[in-house]
Amino acid sequence: MEYIITPKVEQVKLLDRFTSKKPAVGTLYLTATHLIYVESSPEIRNETWILHHHISAIEKLPLTSTGYPLLIHCKNFRVAHFIICRERDCHDVYSSLLRLSQPVVFEELYAFSYNPKQTEMSRGMGWKIIDIEDDFHRMGVPNEYWEQTDVNENYEICNTYSTFLCVPKEASKPVIVGSSKFRSRGRFPVLSYFFKENNAAICRCSQPLSGFSARCMEDEQMLQAISKANPGSPFMYVVDTRPKLNAMANRAAGKGYENEDNYSNIRFQFIGIENIHVMRNSLQKLLEVCELKAPSMSEFLTGLENSGWLRHIKAVMDAGVFLAKAVSEEKASVLVHCSDGWDRTGQVCSLAALLLDSYYRTIKGFMVLIEKEWISMGHKFSQRCGHLEADPKEISPVFTQFIECTWHLMEQFPCAFEFNEKYLLEIHDHVFSCQFGNFIGNCQKERHELKLQEKTYSLWPFLLAKQYPYQNPLYKPSAVNIVLKPNTAPFNFKFWCGMYNRFDKGMQPRQSVVDCLHASMKQKTDFEETVADLNQKLTHQDKSHSDSTFILPMKLSIEEDSTHLQVIGAPQDYLEEEQMMFTNGAEEVIETVSAGSKDVDNVTDSSFKCQSTLNNIDSLELVKLNIHVDEDNHQISQDTIEK
Amino acid sequence: MKIYFHISVHLISKPQQIQAAKLGHFQKLFVTLYLNELQCRVHSFSDPEGFCSLFLCVCLRAMEFSELIKTSKVDHVLLSRPFLPPVKGTLCITSHHLLLSSRAGDKEELWLLLRNIDAIEKSVQNISGYQSIKCVNQQNGDRYTGSSGIITIKCKDLCIMYLEIPGMEECLNVAKSIESLSSLESIRHMYPFFYRPKEPNLQEGWNLFTPEEQFTKLSLHTDNWRLSYVNKEFAVCLSYPEAVIVHKAVDDAALKIIACFRQSGRFPVLSYHHKRTGMVIMRSSQPLTGANGKRCKEDEQYLAAVLHPDKKGYIIDTRSTQAAHQAKVKGGGFESKTKYHNWKRLHRSIERGRVLQESLIKLVDACNDQSNSIDRWLSKLEASKWLSHVKTVLTIACLAAQCVDREGVSVLIHDSEGRDSTLQLTSLAQIILDPDCRTIDGFQALIEREWLQAGHPFQHRCASSAYSHAKPKQEAPVFLIFLDCCWQMISQFPCSFQFNEHFLIILFEHAYASCFGTFLCNNEKERFTLNVKEQTISIWSRMNRPCERKQYMNPLYERNNLAIWPSVAPQSLQLWQGLFLRWNRSPEHQNEAWEQIHHIMESSRRKPHPTSAQLSAPKEDY
Repeated sequence: MEYIITPKVEQVKLLDRFTSKKPAVGTLYLTATHLIYVESSPEIRNETWILHHHISAIEKLPLTSTGYPLLIHCKNFRVAHFIICRERDCHDVYSSLLRLSQPVVFEELYAFSYNPKQTEMSRGMGWKIIDIEDDFHRMGVPNEYWEQTDVNENYEICNTYSTFLCVPKEASKPVIVGSSKFRSRGRFPVLSYFFKENNAAICRCSQPLSGFSARCMEDEQMLQAISKANPGSPFMYVVDTRPKLNAMANRAAGKGYENEDNYSNIRFQFIGIENIHVMRNSLQKLLEVCELKAPSMSEFLTGLENSGWLRHIKAVMDAGVFLAKAVSEEKASVLVHCSDGWDRTGQVCSLAALLLDSYYRTIKGFMVLIEKEWISMGHKFSQRCGHLEADPKEISPVFTQFIECTWHLMEQFPCAFEFNEKYLLEIHDHVFSCQFGNFIGNCQKERHELKLQEKTYSLWPFLLAKQYPYQNPLYKPSAVNIVLKPNTAPFNFKFWCGMYNRFDKGMQPRQSVVDCLHASMKQKTDFEETVADLNQKLTHQDKSHSDSTFILPMKLSIEEDSTHLQVIGAPQDYLEEEQMMFTNGAEEVIETVSAGSKDVDNVTDSSFKCQSTLNNIDSLELVKLNIHVDEDNHQISQDTIEK
Repeated sequence: MKIYFHISVHLISKPQQIQAAKLGHFQKLFVTLYLNELQCRVHSFSDPEGFCSLFLCVCLRAMEFSELIKTSKVDHVLLSRPFLPPVKGTLCITSHHLLLSSRAGDKEELWLLLRNIDAIEKSVQNISGYQSIKCVNQQNGDRYTGSSGIITIKCKDLCIMYLEIPGMEECLNVAKSIESLSSLESIRHMYPFFYRPKEPNLQEGWNLFTPEEQFTKLSLHTDNWRLSYVNKEFAVCLSYPEAVIVHKAVDDAALKIIACFRQSGRFPVLSYHHKRTGMVIMRSSQPLTGANGKRCKEDEQYLAAVLHPDKKGYIIDTRSTQAAHQAKVKGGGFESKTKYHNWKRLHRSIERGRVLQESLIKLVDACNDQSNSIDRWLSKLEASKWLSHVKTVLTIACLAAQCVDREGVSVLIHDSEGRDSTLQLTSLAQIILDPDCRTIDGFQALIEREWLQAGHPFQHRCASSAYSHAKPKQEAPVFLIFLDCCWQMISQFPCSFQFNEHFLIILFEHAYASCFGTFLCNNEKERFTLNVKEQTISIWSRMNRPCERKQYMNPLYERNNLAIWPSVAPQSLQLWQGLFLRWNRSPEHQNEAWEQIHHIMESSRRKPHPTSAQLSAPKEDY
């Protein structure tokens, strides 16, 4: 709190960047965690909450006629343009935010103060929801070729790996240790994904310290062991995801790539994904294009092309497709690395797993995938997302690119994913928000030392608890695993407006298909619940009164579902008309009955009502559809009346 | 004559044809046989009799266009096209279709309307080594193994297919025949005049949407307008229908004078009356003021009468200020401020003609580019300028709609002729403002009213599509840009349209090549002269059949009575993949998604809305 100079500024304008509408006027509040803007409109309370951790840059623009502009850029691509009346206030807000948006130590992160009022028990349980070990079991590991190794139990061999690692059975401990010494930062080859249909595997590691001529027996044995673990294929791929030029340059620094002559039966392949610096600059250019004020179509498309962003996305996607194809079609195992094996390698491995295994396309599976390939394998979230004040050159949208690749797949395969765009955006938000402990720190060792599991909460149980809005209503779960084969022709890659212009509501589609389907599905469940509820009440009534009249609506409501099935085959317009009448009729009946059931004394009265409704239905010529129902009930009701 | 004999024998076995034979009129016989040809499609060629009869009528029809059809039948032709396995079979050329049958079943049959062919390219392969064409001629056309030709057929619906034909000469003959048959220019010889589908009751489509009906609806809300028959027998304006809606303050005599003052006689008529504000959108052509500022008192009075006292009006001229000034030299011009008080002129330039056609050609070229480079794709997409044109048209349509709905002013829209960009704007503005236009029936009425009856020259504009090598004359994808704008709105308001993208694609296809007469000719007069309404079938008759209609229904539709204001930011406008990448990208997964949407909406059984779809659906089918 000590950094907040002015906690509240009044008469602040918030500009809408894309319409020339009159700007909103309101009050700006500065709290320990958020910047809150409340519009002082009398009708609706309109609030904008910006988490300090989400702020990536704050700019003071030159004075305008209306006041002092303050431009706030966020990591989730929100751009807020405030205008503050007094220079002093503007400067105070500016300097407070400058400090608040750049925490220096981990303990300053929101996660350490965030308290959702849960018991220690459920906090602990929450951390255990996603278990990588379970996922390896699901893949069928350990098996006759692969086993879990405890070689890194105390982070001795590789401090950026986790303790749970799988390696080929044939690789002995000395081989592993030897191999790790020949790999950058000790990141030796470990299993990333095992394709149980044909025993092919995806493994990941960092670049070898080969320089111009160095060799390592153990590393060669390690690769051979991986190759042998897939007896179905006479060779394995070694994929270097860097451009060839970059890899060659690394040789001068004593690093480099595998020499095909030294390793038996490998096929070496460069893929050419650019490094973190190129990606950072590319995103910067893309965001500049997004922020253009009223650009022409040509300006936008030229800017999009010049940013190179989609080219990079396509490169990552191509690499993922290459891996998936090698594994599923060529039945060959693949070893993937880049430089340190925690950026491009993570993108490519997780994308390949997403293509190969439909489990990762479920809500929970996607969490497992992120936990496995990113969190546990040591992606440098702290630096890449700029959680703490650090070298700005270490920031790079590596994870954002993975999320975007997933979105492109969702666009191509609308029924293949259990989740929707909102889910991706929510996860993307939280990677930067530091509200939960999952993405804090760079590796398991660091997280352990920070005692994150005791001091912070896990994001996953919160997402699982409210997963309804994240569900893709079009999802078609399949009993058998389907390997996705995306089309990677250039025209499949389009600008993701929902991500980069997400907060410019005017640019988004005004109606959402997902919301519409959700609403209609909810309506259906609500209706079913009402019916079930009423039926229950009626059964209850039945017991106490044993009056046959009440069977009627029950029958009707049951019948309704089956009639629906019958009429699907009927001509469209016909169907709609009858359905409408029928629904109306049925609802009337239920209403009548629920009224009747409240008033137990008026049994005869309500039975009369039922009768009249029934006649109504009759006159609407529904006889065709449920003639048997009608006959049955007609009789019953007439009996009642006679009584 | 031998052929003729066979047919006679065949006729006796088919009673429905005997009648035609009795008439003894050769021309009639063709029509009947053509019917027979259609039935062959149903029966498939696996039925030997069906094939025989098809073959015979192919031969017979070949006599009609005999000088054009060099080869009517070729065996062992290999057909490859997008998303389907290649199929080998017999290729037949009739005067209106290209047929291919594998004789194995009817599934892989090709049944291509020759009119749909935009361009063909031929390449002759000679596998057995080089042999000159001369050599082939010496062998008197004998087929020798190893030589074959590939004909690339590029369709107006943007599909590209390949025919591999054994025998070089055969290949060249086929190519020549297709070339000449697909470029027939006489409208009377076009397929709609021969098309006789088997379904009954296909006549009502021509009378579904009339100016009278539009006027009846209008008069429920206002009595300031009247239906004028001043154009009876197209006496005043060749490109207007016989009945038009004009302001009641102007009489027919004045209209005739105004018509002389407006290019091609297109005097201002009512296009849309906005119920909420009582404001209107009108359209016309440019006034013929010429270089020395000629005036027309009647024209000025007419426009003044349209405005409410002390209300303003906007004239949206879809030419740039410069272009409008230039038009004066050629006798055209614009409404000057001093003479049309209270009318404010806005110049908003919309591209027309050749520029659009070239844009389409470039766009389709970009879509068919096999390169794997994103940069190349984006730069070609940008260079085509297609999306820029879409953005411009949509933006100005929004502007027009905004004037009427938000500013509460009336609008007059014109360019020079008022038959192209003017119609794009008036029709799009109505879609934005009027929920009825977003229904299937309303949209059909809109096309009929604002495009067909308003005299958009479909015959000229849609004569060729993106592949044609022919020298462009009057071609321009004006209507396609309009459809693209509609698609942009559908993708931004997926629940507000009763129809889906498929509906728009069908309209695109039929505007360029069709078995229906709807998009034939350039205006109502031409249709009248050629008896189009009597002799051909309207596309609406087919599209409104319940089974067809079902395909065009948007399951998410929920009537939205508000105006829909689309975003025109470049980020919000996308390439219409469903149309332009239709043959490059498998539709499998998108179709699956739509099935799923249908399934969800059906099973949750939202109450259907009593829209016009239910009220005016054809009744005799029940």
